[in-house]
Amino acid sequence: MIGEWRDSSTAKKILKAIFKEVRNIDGVVKFMDVCGTHEDTITRYGLRAMLPQNVQILAGPGCPVCITPVEDIVAMMEIAKVAKNIVITTFGDMYRIPTPKGSFADFKAGGRDVRIVYSIYDAYKMALKEKDKMVVHFSPGFETTTAPTAGILEEVSSQDIKNFKIYSVHRLTPPAVEFLLAQGTEIDGLITPGHVSAIIGVRGWEYLTENYGIPQVVSGFEPLDVLLSVYMLLKMYKNGEKEVKNEYTRVVKYKGNESAQRSIEKFFEVRDAKWRALGVIERSGLFLRKEYEEYEIRTYYPVEVPELPDLERGCRCGEVLRGLILPTECPLFGRVCTPRNPVGPCMVSYEGTCQIFYKYGSLYR
Amino acid sequence: MCLAIPGKIVEIRGTVAIVDYGGVRKEARVDFLPDVKVGDYVIVHTGFAIEKMDEGAAEKSIEAWNEIFESESLEDLDHGEDDE
Ligand code: SF4
Repeated sequence: MIGEWRDSSTAKKILKAIFKEVRNIDGVVKFMDVCGTHEDTITRYGLRAMLPQNVQILAGPGCPVCITPVEDIVAMMEIAKVAKNIVITTFGDMYRIPTPKGSFADFKAGGRDVRIVYSIYDAYKMALKEKDKMVVHFSPGFETTTAPTAGILEEVSSQDIKNFKIYSVHRLTPPAVEFLLAQGTEIDGLITPGHVSAIIGVRGWEYLTENYGIPQVVSGFEPLDVLLSVYMLLKMYKNGEKEVKNEYTRVVKYKGNESAQRSIEKFFEVRDAKWRALGVIERSGLFLRKEYEEYEIRTYYPVEVPELPDLERGCRCGEVLRGLILPTECPLFGRVCTPRNPVGPCMVSYEGTCQIFYKYGSLYR
Repeated sequence: MCLAIPGKIVEIRGTVAIVDYGGVRKEARVDFLPDVKVGDYVIVHTGFAIEKMDEGAAEKSIEAWNEIFESESLEDLDHGEDDE
């Protein structure tokens, strides 16, 4: 069933239809993706080069580990220095994200117990097995990752597990898009992330279209999904329609996954939060509610980390995350900054736009 | 980290399912899909099934799109796209 979504004859039909749509469009039409997996599909399959010259796709802040504040990473390490028997768990790309005080990987090299997990469920199982340890999951991610966190918290609370905590750096995606729009990033449509939408539903995005008038298409992740979404956006752009359409109907429902929403809502409340290289974004961070603060490690160790520089000198990750430049416009890209020797977070994560561009080097335009 | 992939449920024990990804089998939690069954396709993200994948909807929409594109006369287009 996946095969159909990669079928090249259908891709050609869609591309022809796209070229037909742009025939009477003067000027450049700009769409933005805000998801690392979309950016991966677009760059891996060279979709930018297939599209008409005047249809551009910008990459937005689609990488949760890239925008995790340096102060939080450093605070987690400070906590681990004073807490006894602590194990930090986190995802593989988070592990390598640089800060002025080093990465989790450096911290581990210094003799600390930091472990990479694929899922918060694995971290939880570690806590069940190693009862003498305090397992703390450093928990980044957008809505799609927050749902699993809430799922595990349900279990931690029902089983009354004392040696498992989280450090929540979860963030919400629609407020980040709103932030860019409010700041003046000009786009003609949004390629809306399909898996965030699986959780929050098509309806979770509607206020952006209502308030800012941009068309959106909730998109899947196969090349045909993205091409179809571009086609649907172009149609809306030409007809002046301002709606949120759903291309990814095989997965995303209008209301999303209500069971996951209830669980997230139960444990977390929304507050203003910092995004690395972007600054504080209103009502964009998820923090444990007062009733559940016993599951948050900061409740026990309220360390304060003074503000640190977000990026090394010369790194233009902030502009990359805003969709203002593509990585190739950064003078360090590919010369000084590579996945082996990353200067900024956007080169570390496989969802980071710089790494994606580096990896599929020849295919972008 | 954000990668979410489709797989087929081959076994369910409480809130934990075994999901087959074209031969590779792994555990996934199904807490948020209360009515999921063996044989269903699901999208799994960091160890959690976040939504079911409706095969019927997929086929229907590809077919529907193909029909739409066939009904539009696209053949006369000079589109500049590379033949692969
Ligand atoms: S290429 Fe490296 S230095 Fe340049 S913006 Fe990307 S991460 Fe920063």
